[in-house]
Amino acid sequence: MNKAKIIEEKVFRYLSGFATFSLIAMLAFIIVIIFVKGFNSLSLEMVFKTPKGGYYYGGEGGVLNAIIGSLYIALGATIISILIGMPAALYINVHLVRKKRTQNTIRYLLDALWGIPSIVYGAFGFTLMLYLGLNASLLAGIITVALLITPIVVRTFDEVLNTIPKGLHEAGLALGSTKSEMAFKIMFKQGFSGFITAVLLAFGRGIGDAASVLFTAGYTDLIPVNLDEPAATLPLAIFFQLGSPIPEVRERAFAAAAILTIIILVISISARAISKQFSKTNIK
Amino acid sequence: MLLKRKLFDKISGAWMVTTLVTILLLPLIIGVGLYFKASPLFEHQSLLTLIGTSEWLPHEGKFGFWPFIASSLYVTLLAFLLSAPVCLLAAIYLTEFSSSRLIKIMHPVIDILAGLPSVIYGVWGILVIVPFVSDVLAPVLNIKSSGYTILAGGIVLAVMCIPYILNMIIEVFRTVPIGMKEASLSLGATEWESVKHVVVKKSYPGIISAFGLGIAKAFGETMAVMMVVGNMVQAKFNPFEAGYPLPALIANNYGEMLSIPMYDSALMFAALLLLVIILVINMVFRYFIYKTRER
Amino acid sequence: MYTQKIETMTDTIEQANIEVDTTESILKIKSLNVHAGDNHILKNINLEIPKNKITVLLGPSGCGKTTLLKCINKLTDLYKELKVSGNIFIEQDDILNSSTNLPVLRQKMGLLSQRPFPLPVSIYKNVAYGLKLKGIRDNKLIDYSVEKHLRETGLWNEVKNRLHDPATSLSIGQQQRLCLARGLAVKPRIILADEPTSALDPTSSKIIENLFHDLKKHYTIILVTHVLRQAIRLADNVAFMYYGEIVEQGKPEKLFKDPETEKLRKYMLDGN
Repeated sequence: MNKAKIIEEKVFRYLSGFATFSLIAMLAFIIVIIFVKGFNSLSLEMVFKTPKGGYYYGGEGGVLNAIIGSLYIALGATIISILIGMPAALYINVHLVRKKRTQNTIRYLLDALWGIPSIVYGAFGFTLMLYLGLNASLLAGIITVALLITPIVVRTFDEVLNTIPKGLHEAGLALGSTKSEMAFKIMFKQGFSGFITAVLLAFGRGIGDAASVLFTAGYTDLIPVNLDEPAATLPLAIFFQLGSPIPEVRERAFAAAAILTIIILVISISARAISKQFSKTNIK
Repeated sequence: MLLKRKLFDKISGAWMVTTLVTILLLPLIIGVGLYFKASPLFEHQSLLTLIGTSEWLPHEGKFGFWPFIASSLYVTLLAFLLSAPVCLLAAIYLTEFSSSRLIKIMHPVIDILAGLPSVIYGVWGILVIVPFVSDVLAPVLNIKSSGYTILAGGIVLAVMCIPYILNMIIEVFRTVPIGMKEASLSLGATEWESVKHVVVKKSYPGIISAFGLGIAKAFGETMAVMMVVGNMVQAKFNPFEAGYPLPALIANNYGEMLSIPMYDSALMFAALLLLVIILVINMVFRYFIYKTRER
Repeated sequence: MYTQKIETMTDTIEQANIEVDTTESILKIKSLNVHAGDNHILKNINLEIPKNKITVLLGPSGCGKTTLLKCINKLTDLYKELKVSGNIFIEQDDILNSSTNLPVLRQKMGLLSQRPFPLPVSIYKNVAYGLKLKGIRDNKLIDYSVEKHLRETGLWNEVKNRLHDPATSLSIGQQQRLCLARGLAVKPRIILADEPTSALDPTSSKIIENLFHDLKKHYTIILVTHVLRQAIRLADNVAFMYYGEIVEQGKPEKLFKDPETEKLRKYMLDGN
């Protein structure tokens, strides 16, 4: 074994290890910075109050409008995406189980669909909004975000359903269930942990995405009470406040960023934990 | 009772098909919708002039999209160059050289990185990367820069893409049968040589696809890039200058969209461009993956 | 009843094998223990492998024979959950406890797996792989070596016109012979064969078994199998394993004619 080989091996081992650990460091770095910057201006007032007059000039208030607005939109969009995405994923795995080629084509199309950026959904949502005569509102925002996150629900749920052994299928049909009963009662139960993961992922995306609500949800200092009113969202709250010439307002943007990060962290970690929890009762 | 079940079956079956078909038709519907909105543009200018020219004077009805396309390409290329080696190396380390405990830690790390919203990366970019470029990198090269540059955009974008590409490459590496590695080691190769000649070689198609899909994702990223890239309409080669990628164009100008004639069509056209480019990249590389998986 | 069966089998053995005399051992396994978590997979294995003979590791599925084989060229490194302790001496070196020379030591042994694993390159490059690893650059030398070892496994005439085709274009039987040729190219002393014919059709299996008969003149072969008849056909020396232990070992005529342990007797009955 010559020297060059030994050196090459050592170099690449170190390099690849360095790459890996720097990723962990990067994540820590991002989160720490956001929190450090954000906690300075983070207060109960920030979380629980809406902007009062003069808020954008450094006055009182908080981002409750944005927090609630984001929650409403994410919830509404997630519900729609479940109603549309769940049956679609089940259909692929139950009714199309014999037609492998169709399944593959559909999965291929779904994967391509998954790559559409949120700004395109936002632009389309805007077009749709004008076409339907809606204003920039909660409803328009919900519809647009629903479009964005439905492919996520379908794809994630489908991936989990795909791993369910065919034997379960055949057992269900043999016992006399109709295809739909099979889908909703058996497959769904077995794939429940995947379902939860899909929902949580979609919800997280729905809360954090800015480009899709930029045109469609509007912005307001108030908490929307009906679907026709505009809604503020956390990402946009961050974005707008960051662009302010007043330093106090900019600091508040960081606080809002910290809030958003916390929400996302909670969702990400619980998605993993919950999916592990629910899959304990599954057949392996 | 049976009738009820059959009815439920029929109705839910129909609903399931409807939802599936709707979802699959979504890109088409979006494309058509955007096209209609953008069509007024085509009355005065051809596709080529729109894409190829650089004059951007909305008030005069001149829409040359090239600077934006060029900025997008540039930022994406930078992001790719920065992220690709990191992803490849980290994937190699995680699958070949590290303990299984590390992989268990890395999974949530990657998940969280992938789940962080674009704005958060943007905030981080403003706080860290922009000053880094203007106060650290630029002085080293004797350049003056505000920091709001293509380079900053590229770096932030790179960090955003890494989780996606990394996950895909790890999956690809895992499909290499362990017997092949055993064979290589038995012939006297070191672990690194086995990685080089067997694992990576066998994974070429998968790796390329992962890169392609990462590029597609980078192309469409809006918020984070927009916050650090400077948003100046120009197509310069210097990465220390500002740029203005397509998504940023759309996002920044929606407010003025309706006040200038044809501006909204222009922005919808930009969205249409994005849709088409990204769909094409996605379809090509996904096809690649499916073909190699079948083998 | 079973004595009758054993007698018919041992007749076959006596016809198949040459009279074996004592020779030196090329590999010495001492106190080998392998754990996977709480599972004690290999329990205190002591075994000596004689030179230029075919030693068969026989036993039911899951008894640890493949693990034992993988210990011999320390492939257990790839399986991070396995804890290995003990010594395996090949000539003067202990492969389990010598980290510096590991790739070189591994080249003293060639591996033939259950399923053929051709490298993702051409037929030619597969065989040349080991040579390139050793640092050999002379193309003429490599050409010569590739041809020689492809002839050794009977593949040369079948592939000489398509040496640069991908190795995956060969049939499974040919791929397995390619893997054998590839392993021989690094001039090992020992061939480690892990159920090498289990994925092959009977004709290809026969070819490989005949090759082993020829190869043992120059190489030592350790063959893992769970097929009793294959053991009878090929073995000069047998180690019967049962749940991680070597229960009986010795010359096949003695072992199969007059098994000492109940376990081996039962195994032979089931195997028929």
